[in-house]
Amino acid sequence: MLKDITLGQYFPGDTPVHRLDPRTKLVLTLVYIVAIFLIGSWGGYALTAAALAAVTALAHIRPRALFRGLKPLVFIILFTAVLNLFFTPGEDYLFHWRFISVTYTGLKRAVAMVLRVMLLVSGTFLLTYTTSPLAITDGLERLLSPLKKLHVPVYELSLMMCIALRFIPTLIEETDRIMSAQKARGADLETGTLPERARALLPLLIPLFISSFRRADELALAMECRCYNGGQGRTRMKQLHMAGRDIAAFGCGALFVAAILILRRLGI
Amino acid sequence: MSRLEVKALTHVYSQGTPFEKTAVQDLDLTVESGGTVALIGHTGSGKSTLISHLNALLKPTSGTVLLDGEDIFASKAAIRSARFRVGVVFQYPEYQLFEQTVFADIAYGPKNLKLDSTEVDRRVRQAAAAVGLEESLFDQSPLELSGGQKRRTAIAGVLAMEPEFLVLDEPTAGLDPAGREELLEELFRWQAQRGAAILLVTHDMSIANRCQRLLVMAEGRLIMDGTPRAVFAQSEKLLSVGLDLPGAAHIAQLLRQAGLALPPSLYTVEELADAILSLRGKEGAPC
Repeated sequence: MLKDITLGQYFPGDTPVHRLDPRTKLVLTLVYIVAIFLIGSWGGYALTAAALAAVTALAHIRPRALFRGLKPLVFIILFTAVLNLFFTPGEDYLFHWRFISVTYTGLKRAVAMVLRVMLLVSGTFLLTYTTSPLAITDGLERLLSPLKKLHVPVYELSLMMCIALRFIPTLIEETDRIMSAQKARGADLETGTLPERARALLPLLIPLFISSFRRADELALAMECRCYNGGQGRTRMKQLHMAGRDIAAFGCGALFVAAILILRRLGI
Repeated sequence: MSRLEVKALTHVYSQGTPFEKTAVQDLDLTVESGGTVALIGHTGSGKSTLISHLNALLKPTSGTVLLDGEDIFASKAAIRSARFRVGVVFQYPEYQLFEQTVFADIAYGPKNLKLDSTEVDRRVRQAAAAVGLEESLFDQSPLELSGGQKRRTAIAGVLAMEPEFLVLDEPTAGLDPAGREELLEELFRWQAQRGAAILLVTHDMSIANRCQRLLVMAEGRLIMDGTPRAVFAQSEKLLSVGLDLPGAAHIAQLLRQAGLALPPSLYTVEELADAILSLRGKEGAPC
């Protein structure tokens, strides 16, 4: 069902990883992504996988949850693998038949690409699994706050993101409900030609739009009733504080990048 | 006469994940056309999950639903036919309105049945009349109607499919008392005229005790099934699953606790009044 979408699902917990400042986690995730593209040796992949496994264990996230996050990407991963496998030029043939050829370089590159995508995606999933959407937007806002000097409406952007995130589950539920109601009236969403099916979506989309507008209206009213007037001078209930563990985390991050670079230089 | 049977129905949500939840467990139920049934239960007792199986919106984890002896999940055609024979009106059905006019919205179901336009026209007019919608509203946008009229339009949209079983989930929620009364009257009248069956899901005991048969659900199971009199007589059991008694039954219980020798299983105001008056006649003492 629609409810099973795990996009950005947060697993509440109280582990060292959960307690890290969201800013630290955001920056480290960014560092992690850059590091993945700096990997130049098999040792680097092994190290990254080990680091990912260590953080996953530390955060008490079940490895199954990470793999489930990869499920929707199976097609892209396979596509990348096939593309690299068959279309890497080279002379060291493993297999050659007419115009189809697989080279040793191609095989290596395919495996490396698959590893890279998987590490990349599961790493970012780890961020959303251990950080509530609210904390992420909060962290983002603080990280981007220097842009305020350039008149970028950082506060408004983060508020928009926050509201959007908040309403994803609500909208999914609403879609489910309207879908059931229209199916109960004999709506047929599954069969028919493409234009027919597009038309069959109208009874779903129109009520959804109407209710979204209604919700937006109610939310605006509720915010106004609470004297909302933008980001100016607002204080926070949850202050973000960098603590010792954040510095330790940055230290680990720096060591990790250094190790990747050394492994790359050594070619291990 | 049609028969809707639920056999050993179990439904588990998100099976195999940490969020696994058994909503309905090993439930058996038979409803025949021509009656009024109320389904009551606390929030989360599995009522909504159960009714979503009756017109094949949810597939059971195990067990079956039979309509006149045929499995409604047997084929696509069977599912489709069940959707038309068992009409379900969900909570706050007004959020499903989408057409440009009231008429077109009520006609959506009959049109999906592929009926010809004169038949669609007849059904729309009949359904609208059944819930007291005036024909002068037909050309208005359903979004411009009042709350009560929107609700009626949405219900008429299901009535127009002329189902043999009509399932309504809290049809009167959010209506004012007068509107509630009117809508219930109209629904019961429709049921009696068509000889269909009505299954009302409700929290409201004053609605429940107007049906001929009461079903009580708790924790995914059917724990009571009988006439309102039989069910309300077991007040302890009802209260233990977090349900209320109808006002009259509640007062009768309090009076019994205060020492009045009232007969058991009183649940309407008239019965209670008669019982109290007859006590007075016997003992000659003021109440």
